[in-house]
Amino acid sequence: MIQLKNLSAGYFGKPVIKNVTMEFQPGKVTVLVGPNGSGKSTVLKAALGLLPAMEGGVWYDETDIRLLKRRQIARKAAFLTQSRNTPSIRALQMVLHGRFPYLSYPRYYGKEDYDAARKAMDATGCQQYENTNITRLSGGQKQGVYLAMALAQDTPAVFMDEPTTYLDIGHQFGLMQTAKSLAREGKAVVLVLHDISLALREGDLIGVFQEGRLLCFDTPELVYHKGVMEQVFGVDIHRMDTPHGTQYYCTLKEAKDALVSHIH
Amino acid sequence: MKSWRIFSTRYSKSIFWFGLVLLLLAATALSLWTGSVALSPARVLDVLTGKDTSSTAARIIFYSRLPRTCAAFLAGAALAVAGMVIQTVLNNPLASPGVIGVNSGAGFAVALVCAVFPAARQYTPLVALSGALIAALLVTGLSWRTGASRITVVLAGVAISALFGAGIDAVVTLVPEALDGVADFRVGGFTGVTMARLVPAGGLIFVSLAVVLSLARQMDVLRLGSDTAQSLGLCVGVVRFVLLFLAAVLAGAAVSFCGLMGFVGLIIPNTMRRLLGEGSLELTAASALGGAFFVIVCDVLSRILFAPFEIPVGIILAFAGAPFFLWLLLRQKGVRV
Repeated sequence: MIQLKNLSAGYFGKPVIKNVTMEFQPGKVTVLVGPNGSGKSTVLKAALGLLPAMEGGVWYDETDIRLLKRRQIARKAAFLTQSRNTPSIRALQMVLHGRFPYLSYPRYYGKEDYDAARKAMDATGCQQYENTNITRLSGGQKQGVYLAMALAQDTPAVFMDEPTTYLDIGHQFGLMQTAKSLAREGKAVVLVLHDISLALREGDLIGVFQEGRLLCFDTPELVYHKGVMEQVFGVDIHRMDTPHGTQYYCTLKEAKDALVSHIH
Repeated sequence: MKSWRIFSTRYSKSIFWFGLVLLLLAATALSLWTGSVALSPARVLDVLTGKDTSSTAARIIFYSRLPRTCAAFLAGAALAVAGMVIQTVLNNPLASPGVIGVNSGAGFAVALVCAVFPAARQYTPLVALSGALIAALLVTGLSWRTGASRITVVLAGVAISALFGAGIDAVVTLVPEALDGVADFRVGGFTGVTMARLVPAGGLIFVSLAVVLSLARQMDVLRLGSDTAQSLGLCVGVVRFVLLFLAAVLAGAAVSFCGLMGFVGLIIPNTMRRLLGEGSLELTAASALGGAFFVIVCDVLSRILFAPFEIPVGIILAFAGAPFFLWLLLRQKGVRV
């Protein structure tokens, strides 16, 4: 369990997130949503200790993150970043780097590291690219390799910053399936998503951010009924029971009025 | 970044390493064999195996060709690895040791000593190394204060280089007699290198190379970008600082006995990256061997092209290296770096 308590953090002495209190529970997919610049990514970075807390703090299983070394944090939480470098190496070599937090001198990857890497590649369906140079993979295939690297890290928590951006619909669904199956294995999965229909449909818990503050942190149903997201994003959100489960979709807020005035 | 790797399978890789070592050995042999005085291979072998220790041939080998070959080997290996490390740390294939102020720092120190203590010219190597390290420490120290981000390293490097560059010009303007020493240093070359001069710099280079090789895994992880590297447990700031310091020692040690020879640090690591990919252990070893090969070959060319006259090796490096590098760049259309 990862807890953020009254957390403020940011860059150059200016807080981007203010007084955020929330927790990331094992076995749950927690989705963070909010407009651009609302502080979702900053929350992830602060929760991983990549940004120091200005006020409040982060606790990993009751341990203050300030008492943990970087390597210790790396064994507790993996991070799929949004922007990243693509070095010219084989996919398997890339996934093996997920084992870096477990290496001791002289830092050679051993058999159990290879096993963990191959298992992770199976889980994200990229095992057939094992020997392919990652610079030659498509965006969706690359994402699979990066995700496999995070899984090879074998951590109780996995953070993903906008993992579905730039992916086609098939890869988006595949990624959400993997996220949910990770949660079923008992991991705390935390995603930043821009697609609020996807967030409401697939998330167990939703955190809605606006201007660095956490407005609401609840189950999708309650978030929907409170109407917080409609207010934050300036859209209408509709809920519909379909043969394929409960679906959400958004429409432009002015659309209703515009239609009415057009008829008159 | 798109890349094409010719040597990606285990089989082709072993061919690559075999070929590289063979080329290096051939270049070394050529460097001992050829020169303004013709010596037959048999006589050179006699000297090297200790059968002949007193003839003119032996003196030519021991006091001229052997030190020269060792100097070219060390300078090539050190400059290429320094370039590779700096390119990795700054995540920029265009970076070279000059970026962290090594060249201008060494040049300024040499100019200052030539002007103020002309008698101390035999200490030029030590002076150049100190100047290089002071400049590099200033650059990394300044950027460390501001969070060791890559852009601050580059900007601090530009500022410090400009400062020391102006310092060189100021010294030369005020004390024109210093110009001779500075000019020698700026052109770069291996004439007059002695084993006594080489040993301390060579020791530094070998130790630094060993440490860089032992940090190969950290460089691999650093290549993934700083957020990913940190979330994998790497202390990015510390590793960047240590690597930049090692690069400064390598480049500074090379500059101390061969003068300025910037081009090697740019083209050799980039060539190897295109041939091998970006596994840091292989890339470090290949850059060291490739750099040594390239500089030895260029030094041989500088001796034989217009024999008995010698042209400075720095000129050959640029004339031989630049077209090859451009050819490499253009071989794949639409390469994005």
